Amino acid sequence: MKVWKYGDNINTDMLFSGKYTYTCSTAEEIKPHLLEDLDPSFSKNVKEGDIILAGKNFGCGSSREQPVIGLKAVGITAVVAESFARIFYRAAVNQGLLLVECPDAVTAYGEGDAIVLNADNGEIVIDGKAFTFPKLPKEILAIRDAGGLLPYTRTKLKNK
Amino acid sequence: MSMTFVEKLLAKYSGNQNAVPGQIVTVHPDHLLTHDNTAAIIQKIKSELDIYGVHSTSLPIIALDHVIPASSEKTATNHKVIREFVNKHKIENFFDVGRGVCHQLVVETGLALPGKLLLGSDSHTCSYGAVGAFSSGIDRTEAASLLLTGETWLKVPNTIKMTLKGKLQPGVFAKDVILHIIGDISASGANYCSVEYHGAVKQFSVDDRFTIANMGVEMGAKNSVFFVDDITIQYLDSIGISRSDYTPIGADNDASYMQELTYDLSEIFPVVACPHSVDNVKNVKDIDGLDIQQCLIGTCTNGRLSDLGIAADILKGKKVHSNVRLLVLPASKEIYEAALHQGIIETLVRSGGVMLPPGCGPCLGAHQGALAPGERCLSTANRNFKGRMGCKDAEIYLASPATVAVSAIHGKVTDPREGVK
Repeated sequence: MKVWKYGDNINTDMLFSGKYTYTCSTAEEIKPHLLEDLDPSFSKNVKEGDIILAGKNFGCGSSREQPVIGLKAVGITAVVAESFARIFYRAAVNQGLLLVECPDAVTAYGEGDAIVLNADNGEIVIDGKAFTFPKLPKEILAIRDAGGLLPYTRTKLKNK
Repeated sequence: MSMTFVEKLLAKYSGNQNAVPGQIVTVHPDHLLTHDNTAAIIQKIKSELDIYGVHSTSLPIIALDHVIPASSEKTATNHKVIREFVNKHKIENFFDVGRGVCHQLVVETGLALPGKLLLGSDSHTCSYGAVGAFSSGIDRTEAASLLLTGETWLKVPNTIKMTLKGKLQPGVFAKDVILHIIGDISASGANYCSVEYHGAVKQFSVDDRFTIANMGVEMGAKNSVFFVDDITIQYLDSIGISRSDYTPIGADNDASYMQELTYDLSEIFPVVACPHSVDNVKNVKDIDGLDIQQCLIGTCTNGRLSDLGIAADILKGKKVHSNVRLLVLPASKEIYEAALHQGIIETLVRSGGVMLPPGCGPCLGAHQGALAPGERCLSTANRNFKGRMGCKDAEIYLASPATVAVSAIHGKVTDPREGVK
């Protein structure tokens, strides 16, 4: 498992450039361009089970769900950050990508430290030291547990 | 119980007596805005649309503005698919290529009204606080779900009270105010929050308020709002909306705020947001003389009639520097027509400006006006992220239309208060 570490204000153009937004929408189209202008090595080397660790305001900028779809498709387990921008946060809920807002964990992390995530308990362990993060409210967990917003909405429509 | 604007509005829309920060509420927005991304949105729910149809034909507002006219077979097909969807489902509010930038259209056609709730799959949906509405950005998947169900969840945010006092000096504009605020509190300074503007706001027209509300998302805000006053009422009256068509929502005097900030407008000077972050704000004097190759006047932030008028006043009888390309995009067809009528377009074109169709254009690097490596653009847009205008090795600087117009003449960043030499 590799930890990809980035700084503050990682914006949507860094995650997935605006020039592709009307030509790429499927996971396969998105994957090669993920983080292209931030870290060209990412899309070539990212592996299933990797984690992204970042600073404040991760995902700021546009309403752009391609990075969320892409990160989920390449198998990123979670993005752990000091804070997230709100549209990115909603997009992650809607696609079922785990976001962990835990500034103390980000600060504690050092190069090569092992990370163990226990999302159900709201716990992240960095190099043996445990940190807690707030669990999602029940209304939002229901969306995640359904496998994302569209499966949730489909069930709701069927039961109407 | 005393409440802020957003608490009152979300209480009303969720059918509750009160709403407190952190509470999750279910709401039915008055409108859902989508643009060129409508094609990708409806693709997600193709079979559901066939079975259930859209929740309501008046809910969606669809404007084609991001890649217009189409740049390729793929984007042309996107537009075609959207037009077919609009016809099939009898969508009431559709604006085809050439009508303008979605946010401008929502406001100037009276779809955003005081006390209304609008959501949109575009981050600058937060602009409608200019006329006292609550509006906020969501993603494509949520827009798809809303098209089918008409409802979604919102978390009641904390509120930041911004009190403005004093009067702006000549040569300083609403754009300088919001850039100054973002520079002060940072690109995440209002994360998840609702922002209310209080105090000396009478000096701001609805155009100015639009610029300020539009950039709320650049400090992380969920929404920004100016309360309804004579200026709002006059504006709405001018677009044919009468006082009985809306119910304004204000904040209680003793409402509880997470943070209260005061800015003295008389102390604000022309500023520029430098690469590659909107909160990297500097006094224009600090980068005075920096060479620029492209200037852009337009977008949902600063493409209104007053913005074009300010630029034309500066450029009248002058020429854009030979090393500079000046791109001009009126924010809507209506603004374009008014600017034509007033001779503003003639002035801008004579001075060397290149007119682009009313739309988003080069702002997001998806269409026209892209930059080359090593180039610098001074723009009235709202974002200067690395790569934003199609090239990661170019630089974008953000400023007011006056600063951009003066700088276009000199071919380098210039303080607008120094006027035209």
